[in-house]
Amino acid sequence: MLGSLLTLVFVLVFNFFLFRVVQTDPIGSLFRGRNVPQEVLDELRDEFGLDESQLTQFAYYVRETAQLNFGISYQSRQPVWDEIVSAVPATVTLVGISSILSAVIGTIGGIVAAWRRNTWKDHSITSGTMVFYSMPDFWLGMILLVIFAVVLGWFPVGGMVDIGSTETGLARLLDQAHHLFLPALTLTLAYLGEYTLVTRSSLLDVMGEDYLTVARAKGLRDAMVRNRHAVPNALLPVVTLAAINLGFVLSGAIAVEAVYSWPGLGKATADAIRGPDLPMLQGLFLLFSAAVILFNLLADLTYAWLDPRVEGA
Amino acid sequence: MTSLAMARRRATAARVWGQFRRSRQGMIGLGVLAVFALVALAAPLLADVRDLNPVFARAEGNAQWASPFDHPPLGTDYIRRSVWAQFVWGSRVSLFVGLAATVLTVLIGSVIGIVAGYLGGRSDGALMRVTEWFLVIPFLPLAIVLASVLGRSVWIIIFVIGITSWPSTARLVRAQVLTVKQRLFVDRARSLGAKGSHIVAHHVLPNVSGLILANATLAVPISILTETTLSFLGLGDPSSASWGKTLEEAFVNGAMVRNAWWYFIPAGFGILVVVLAFTLIGRTLEEIANPRLSRAR
Repeated sequence: MLGSLLTLVFVLVFNFFLFRVVQTDPIGSLFRGRNVPQEVLDELRDEFGLDESQLTQFAYYVRETAQLNFGISYQSRQPVWDEIVSAVPATVTLVGISSILSAVIGTIGGIVAAWRRNTWKDHSITSGTMVFYSMPDFWLGMILLVIFAVVLGWFPVGGMVDIGSTETGLARLLDQAHHLFLPALTLTLAYLGEYTLVTRSSLLDVMGEDYLTVARAKGLRDAMVRNRHAVPNALLPVVTLAAINLGFVLSGAIAVEAVYSWPGLGKATADAIRGPDLPMLQGLFLLFSAAVILFNLLADLTYAWLDPRVEGA
Repeated sequence: MTSLAMARRRATAARVWGQFRRSRQGMIGLGVLAVFALVALAAPLLADVRDLNPVFARAEGNAQWASPFDHPPLGTDYIRRSVWAQFVWGSRVSLFVGLAATVLTVLIGSVIGIVAGYLGGRSDGALMRVTEWFLVIPFLPLAIVLASVLGRSVWIIIFVIGITSWPSTARLVRAQVLTVKQRLFVDRARSLGAKGSHIVAHHVLPNVSGLILANATLAVPISILTETTLSFLGLGDPSSASWGKTLEEAFVNGAMVRNAWWYFIPAGFGILVVVLAFTLIGRTLEEIANPRLSRAR
């Protein structure tokens, strides 16, 4: 608990110094190569609080951050917090759905692979997931996009709804699902591998245990031994992995969102990099870090609750 | 170093190689990697470096967006450059950044892990606290903000990957050092009057080096994929194009809408295959360094 708080403070300090000290003149870089009158620059510097001392700026920064004021985006000239909040639902929908699908499918794949160890099923599942795991997720997205959206035309090439669409209710929801399909498929395939490999190796560890022999000796059927005795004991690392991955729901799809122009936090990050829109990047980084820290804490607590032996550690 | 220790180390290397040779996945990975290493080293023989220059490509009379059938072997891009040349020369950048970033990662991680594990006590506590901080901060966003602020060059990318990905190595090495430290031969050396630096260099390091090697091999894929993603997001070095940079240019210039598959398939395929090769080698080395694993896999 205290550790998590300390980490958050560390992120805050780090975030401030990284952006304020290393990048000395954000206003200058904002208008790079363009001819802007000096008084306009000075006015902007004053507006963004850039001509105060470092210490004053830091105190100012902490106070404003506590009030969720992350400054004004260089690009849109809107408050960073508003920009971020409006992008959260799109990301949570996309990454949330993909995370659930990949956890379920990946775990089942891992169970099948372990239970049928060294058969063709095991080999095809293991090598298939390894391949998806080894490619850049956005490259997979590019390929799926070209095949299914450009060549076959089954799905839209990007965005969240058709441009200029005025539909409401169910029609709008269907339109969104239509746009969601390809990015969600990409992320599901990209996330699968981790779950499959973790489940497989955890289940293989359990499979050597004596109590499974006992269960078999009792005359239980194979499926019963697997579902009642082996799998529940092998799932602990999988649960932990899922809990930790929850922290990455906000930051897990940066490049894939960029490929599909999915209007979430990932695309906001990619756009902010191009600027560079430093207040936006700073706000996003703080949010991404806070999410991971929070869910790590939750994962620790869940772990202790599921496995009482951890309590002391 | 005494010749006795040399001989023992040579014997260990021979034993590891003997075990490695028997692993099919390890040998496949090594073979694939050898091919790509050869491509990267022989780049000047395989493709003219001038093919990367749009002015030269125009003078050569290349068409824009020529498919592989019109301009073998891999077609041309939006400014008439040969995609084959970009693939060959890009392999150099991607492999170099991947390896150099991993060396930095493993160097930082090992030093911190060994110091924390060997010294113990308060320095251990402090170092592990810092490690935990870096472990918890999401890796890719951290790399993104660092690279955005520091600028766009190969060396900055290497630095950024190294500085963000060392914590897991540090934890692993520390744990191993803690167990080695308990072993009898360390006590024996200390009672004979050996200094800390001698014990670390001659007793601790040789006993954790296998683990460090396996860990390093498994860290290369992460480095390569991170470099690819950073480059794709526009943080790559404009003057030396990696595979990730090629993917970015293909994406930004509309290769997908034009169905110019020859522009973005090769670079991504190269990354996939190299990453797989390192993963296969790394897993094999890990099984050799830690035989308990091979039962499960």
